[in-house]
Amino acid sequence: MSDVVEKTLSALPGLFDSQTGAARITSRLRQLVKSITELTSKNEEESLIKQELSSMKEQVSSPNTSMMREIMVRAMYCEMLGYDASFTYIHAIKLAQQGGVLEKRVGYLAVSLFLNEGHELLLLLVNTVLKDLQSTNVIEAYMALTVVAQVFPKDMIPAVLPLLEDKLSYPKEIIRRKAVLALYKFYLIAPNQVQHIHAKFRKALCDRDPGVMTSSLHIYLQLITESPDDYKDLTGSFVTILKQVVGGKLPVDFNYHNVPAPWLQIQLLRILSLLGKEDRSTSELMYEVLDESLRRAEMNHNITYAILYECVKAIYTIHPKAELLEKAARCIGNFVLSPKINLRYLGLKALTYVVQHDAKLALQHQMTIIECLDHTDFTIKRETLELLFRITNAQNVTVIVEKMLDFLHGCSDEHTIIHLVGKVAELAEKFAPDNSWFIQTMNDVFSTGGDLLQQDVPNNFLRLLAEGSESKEEDDQLRLYAVNSYLTVLKGDASHLPQRFLQVMSWVLGEYAHLQESVDQREVIRLLTQLLDQRSVSSETRVWILSALTKISEGQTDLILDLAESLSSSQDTVLRQQAQELRQLSQDSQLYEWVLPRGAPWDSMEVDSSLSFLDGFVSEALAAGAAPYKPPHQRQEELCEDRALNLEPYSFSLPVSLSSCSITDRQSPTLLSVSSGLSGNSTELSQKAGSSTLILEGVKRVWGRDGYLRQNETTAPPVDEPSAAVQPSGQQEAAERLEPQPEPSTQNQDKLQLASSLFVGLGAGSSMSLLGKSEAPPPRFRKKPRPHESSSSSSSGTSERSSDSSSRSSHSTTDSFLYGSLLEEEPATSISAFSHTPKSSTANGLAQNKDTKEDRRANTSQILGGDMVIVRPNTFQDKHPSLVSSDLTALLPADLKDLPHSDVISLTSDPSLSLSSCRLFRDEALLLVILISNCTETVIKDVAVQLTCEELETASLRGNVMNCLEGNSTSVCHYALLMDEPHTNVSFTGTVSYQTQPGHTNTLSFSGTLSAADFIRPLVVSTEEYGKLWLSLSHDVKQNLKLLTDASDPLRTTLNALKDALQLHVVDIIGSEGIVACRLLSGAPCLLHCRVNGAALAMWLRSPHPALPDCILYHCQRALAQH
Amino acid sequence: MIKFLLMVNKQGQTRLSKYYEQVELGKRAALEADVVRGCLARRKEECSFVEYKDYKLVYRQYAALFIVVGITENENELSIYELVHNFVEVLDKYFSRVIMFNLDKVHIILDEMILNGHIVETNKNRILAPLLALDKMAES
Repeated sequence: MSDVVEKTLSALPGLFDSQTGAARITSRLRQLVKSITELTSKNEEESLIKQELSSMKEQVSSPNTSMMREIMVRAMYCEMLGYDASFTYIHAIKLAQQGGVLEKRVGYLAVSLFLNEGHELLLLLVNTVLKDLQSTNVIEAYMALTVVAQVFPKDMIPAVLPLLEDKLSYPKEIIRRKAVLALYKFYLIAPNQVQHIHAKFRKALCDRDPGVMTSSLHIYLQLITESPDDYKDLTGSFVTILKQVVGGKLPVDFNYHNVPAPWLQIQLLRILSLLGKEDRSTSELMYEVLDESLRRAEMNHNITYAILYECVKAIYTIHPKAELLEKAARCIGNFVLSPKINLRYLGLKALTYVVQHDAKLALQHQMTIIECLDHTDFTIKRETLELLFRITNAQNVTVIVEKMLDFLHGCSDEHTIIHLVGKVAELAEKFAPDNSWFIQTMNDVFSTGGDLLQQDVPNNFLRLLAEGSESKEEDDQLRLYAVNSYLTVLKGDASHLPQRFLQVMSWVLGEYAHLQESVDQREVIRLLTQLLDQRSVSSETRVWILSALTKISEGQTDLILDLAESLSSSQDTVLRQQAQELRQLSQDSQLYEWVLPRGAPWDSMEVDSSLSFLDGFVSEALAAGAAPYKPPHQRQEELCEDRALNLEPYSFSLPVSLSSCSITDRQSPTLLSVSSGLSGNSTELSQKAGSSTLILEGVKRVWGRDGYLRQNETTAPPVDEPSAAVQPSGQQEAAERLEPQPEPSTQNQDKLQLASSLFVGLGAGSSMSLLGKSEAPPPRFRKKPRPHESSSSSSSGTSERSSDSSSRSSHSTTDSFLYGSLLEEEPATSISAFSHTPKSSTANGLAQNKDTKEDRRANTSQILGGDMVIVRPNTFQDKHPSLVSSDLTALLPADLKDLPHSDVISLTSDPSLSLSSCRLFRDEALLLVILISNCTETVIKDVAVQLTCEELETASLRGNVMNCLEGNSTSVCHYALLMDEPHTNVSFTGTVSYQTQPGHTNTLSFSGTLSAADFIRPLVVSTEEYGKLWLSLSHDVKQNLKLLTDASDPLRTTLNALKDALQLHVVDIIGSEGIVACRLLSGAPCLLHCRVNGAALAMWLRSPHPALPDCILYHCQRALAQH
Repeated sequence: MIKFLLMVNKQGQTRLSKYYEQVELGKRAALEADVVRGCLARRKEECSFVEYKDYKLVYRQYAALFIVVGITENENELSIYELVHNFVEVLDKYFSRVIMFNLDKVHIILDEMILNGHIVETNKNRILAPLLALDKMAES
């Protein structure tokens, strides 16, 4: 209040006739307001407002601005009641532009009420705002600043920013204050734009006017929330300000009911707690002022309690000081024991916050908490449950969950149900004392939560069941319990059960019903079939049920055929298809065994998400003239492009038809299901089906191959009677000491008992400490950390997997059968040498093939291809190089020694020979080097290598026939391979024949996979050459790829990652665009144009070869996915 | 943070609504009806805070008029409860009678107190200063 004018202003209110405004109100508005108050029905309201709107429409056409203010207020009324008055928006802007002072303010007000940030009309306001900001009239500047602080087009910020900065040093406080608030708004909507004025924020913080300082705190609260470390130096200032405020140094009119600037105090306390969090030295600066705040706020008024609450929170957030904590705890006591219900609520909320740091506080107030638990007020009850949730441990879980479920049963608010049910599920999973309790509780969760339940609750539950722990026996007990429980449920009336619950039940029965030997599987089938017939069951659930039936149908052909028959006329195409599959499976037991082998472990499940196994099908379809698949966003983009002018010259090449024949969407999240795998649908079709059919498979896919560990050493002594007070005697004493109740009545006795069961485990013996934050208790069902989803991790898991495979029978679905279980059958020896090598999965793949039966070979290689790891040519990171690799260069012919090469990987071996391979990258070819080592002491004669690969051309070969191979020596043979037609992955097979004894020929076969990445070479061109070449190329593909956003320069990082993986040549990076070139050996070039598009990398590939861009795109995606 | 402030009468008619987070026009009426229902259902001895979806509602009743504020979980309910009272005291200071015909002025006052969902001014003199200045200029 440095200004004379303002002083006068502040003295004015009493002098003004507060009816001045009302007196001017025309009869029209008065009438509207009156009629609105007299409304009795929605119909009346509608006709009244419609009438009003049409009369306004007539009136707005007249240019009378004095009328206009009134019209605006009427429009506000109409919009407030939910009726669209958008025709007045433009007039609001006009009013702000042309009106006198009050009209202008109302015009601005209407704009701020009617238009949101993105509204296009806002642009029309910018000029008015600019003009008013430059006005010498304080009121006009104030009005413009007010609207800027509320709503302003983001793009126009630069236009007003210099004016706002000037206003920061305006003589009148109100202008400085509004300018700070407007800058805060800019910070919220476009933080980068105001970065350079941070110094001015500091000036505002130190402004001589408390109002300006207060306004700047909003910015600081925001900034400090984002990065507390950058503002630690301001701690002293905030402490000083708070001290002055608390000490009553502000003008009296900042007081509210004699409390100095309470909301300012609250704001400062929040800032301090952010600064002092986990920072001892900063916290020490504020102990004194926090103590003073606690002390000063002793007056008995709501607002002082509001401050105290903030103060307590701050004390428990910052680095702890015992003395303060004690005072804060006492303070909480005042809250929770208060007869005023609002204070009690806030006390509970404070308690909920602090028990995370010190659970013993709950113990002090246990009787109050129990009273609140039975309180009639829903809000209080709800907050109490929240508090109990925070103090749950293995010993009190049953009582607390019971209380929560009780509450849920009587609750009808959807939001609360979803929220609370999720918490119950979390607690059950963490602390379940035994299987039966766990399953029962989850049943309750599923039936109460219904279909509102968040999807991750059933997902987590099924995952827990499926992955199991270390002990198969315990897992099976849990599963068996679930099976029994669900069978009981299904025997009753299942029509009212939520769909989610039915889905969970059918999945569990499908997987584990066989564990229950005493129940006839036919009975299970009957129950499920019965469910299928119920009208209340949704079609999604039917799919789950049918999948379950498929799994348990083995040997029950008669029942299944009936079922399939009845479904074959279903309206639902997905069901019909499933029924068809079911029929096929039930008639062909060999196929069934192959698709659904019993008891397969989850861990071996691998999903080929790139759907590479469909490549053959797709290319056939394309060859037959099918339209290439385009992902939706590409279609969208193309649509947009079509509308825009094409500024590029038309290319001369004519064949357009094949220009983008490709499956571009290799990232598609389509899942591989039994149905799509068998029926050989096209990508698109299986994607469609995915929406319903594949959900079951989706659940599996989410699970990695780990399970949960059961915590044996920490589980508390089993609580047999949940409600009984099982607790150490010392604790009981503590509880009673804290709550001295001389002669408790029976009711009190009940409460005491409840208390002891609720607060068990929180006492002195517990791990909670006053000063340190306690660690979360070990969960009962501990999930193993998830492995990397990338295929490279599969090799490291192999040894572990094969070691426990003996205890599990092999069982898997189609794809994993081909891939995963073969891995297990495979003798561990051949991988063991490589199990530490991160890049050895190709070797594993090769090793697997060895055991593959002939008829599966073709499929296998395709599946393997999908999971092949790209071996980076130039980098040798291998910490455990195999023996051969160190000798490699010595063995190579002199002209090959300097070529970049891959790691050496083992192909196969027998007692006499061991084969390994290595890839050498020559500009015009890939050299596949095969190392043949004689493992014996004796000479091996007539060694001949034969290699076949249909897709590749062999340019030359050397060393494939040897007369003799000395004992313990290694011979090298190499093939120069050319790839004329791009193939994503190609497989090769070969044999080595040799004689250990004359006349006795042995053969050893091997196979492996090569990737297109092996055949890609950098294409070194200049930017200009690139530009010319770009225009001359005809086949293009566009795709959005993942951008590696974790680095400071995402584009460069991403391109480097691609360069490392694929030997690309990065031609140039300009701003957010990068151009990259490569070629297929010395053949067709491929140009890549990359542009950062939000969080994605929009990649545009061009090449003279139609298939090359896809091929490269595919490998780019893989490389980025594995990065 | 404050999400919205409503003034509603016992019949459920909205007298003033101000949203600090974009809510579609069509959805406001339903939200307001829900909010009023939630507050009316509560008894005097129950606390002045109710959960509503992701928000907490803080309400205060003045005769037949409810003032309801929707806030986020991290806001201090009691301080908002008192803020409502401060707002009413300011209105009381400016208007001596019915405020219904002055929707625009109530909004102008509110704009001084709450901006973008934050409490920006609580000093009564300062809240009223701009409006009084406007009145004065309009007079002359």
